[in-house]
Amino acid sequence: MSDEMGYQGEVVKRFMYVNRKAPYGTIYALENLETVLIAAAFDQDVSVVFVDDGVYQLKKGQDTKGIGMKNFSPTFRALDDYDVEKLYVEKESLEARGLTAEELVVPVEVVSTEELREIMAQQDVVLSC
Amino acid sequence: MLHTVNKSPFERNTLQSCLRLAQKGSAVLLIEDGVYGALSGTAHAGEIADRMDDFSFYVLGPDIAARGLGESPLIEGVQVVDYGGFVDLVAEHEVTNAWL
Repeated sequence: MSDEMGYQGEVVKRFMYVNRKAPYGTIYALENLETVLIAAAFDQDVSVVFVDDGVYQLKKGQDTKGIGMKNFSPTFRALDDYDVEKLYVEKESLEARGLTAEELVVPVEVVSTEELREIMAQQDVVLSC
Repeated sequence: MLHTVNKSPFERNTLQSCLRLAQKGSAVLLIEDGVYGALSGTAHAGEIADRMDDFSFYVLGPDIAARGLGESPLIEGVQVVDYGGFVDLVAEHEVTNAWL
């Protein structure tokens, strides 16, 4: 456990949010992003991970006008303002979908499966969806 | 870390992703539709059977029984737990990661 003090003197925990689902087919991606913002508002040590179809959440050029849903991809660019700076994308997931980091809406750290496994093992709380 | 998996390996890649990203020595508990992954003789059985040395595998008995699989053979080494055993697993591990 990390013993740094944060919001109102509470202990800061390492929270990892793991996104594995594409953005608009289900509500998971949007809901997970909301909870990331909540954790950040409470000054927690937040990491956000994108694996499997979760990498599609970050694809540039999303235009949802035709489907009547909110395009929430610009919100990822606001994470920096909440001091959420640890965004990890699994290299294997990205490459399997023919994507590169340049095609994503925010700068991310592209990590191997092995590196991601290590980072995940260091967390106090892991929330996957 | 304890990992729970609640999706069938025939429908989703949840089990595969869990086993790809879990550290060796982790516990993996199959619940709900995840229990289909614990059956032997299926097209997906190798995913668990091949990783027996890396992880401790558990399956929730009531979810097996509910699906009419109470008499079906499980992959060797997978341990059946009841709800009390589920609670024990959560208590034994500092972090639980529920894969959805």
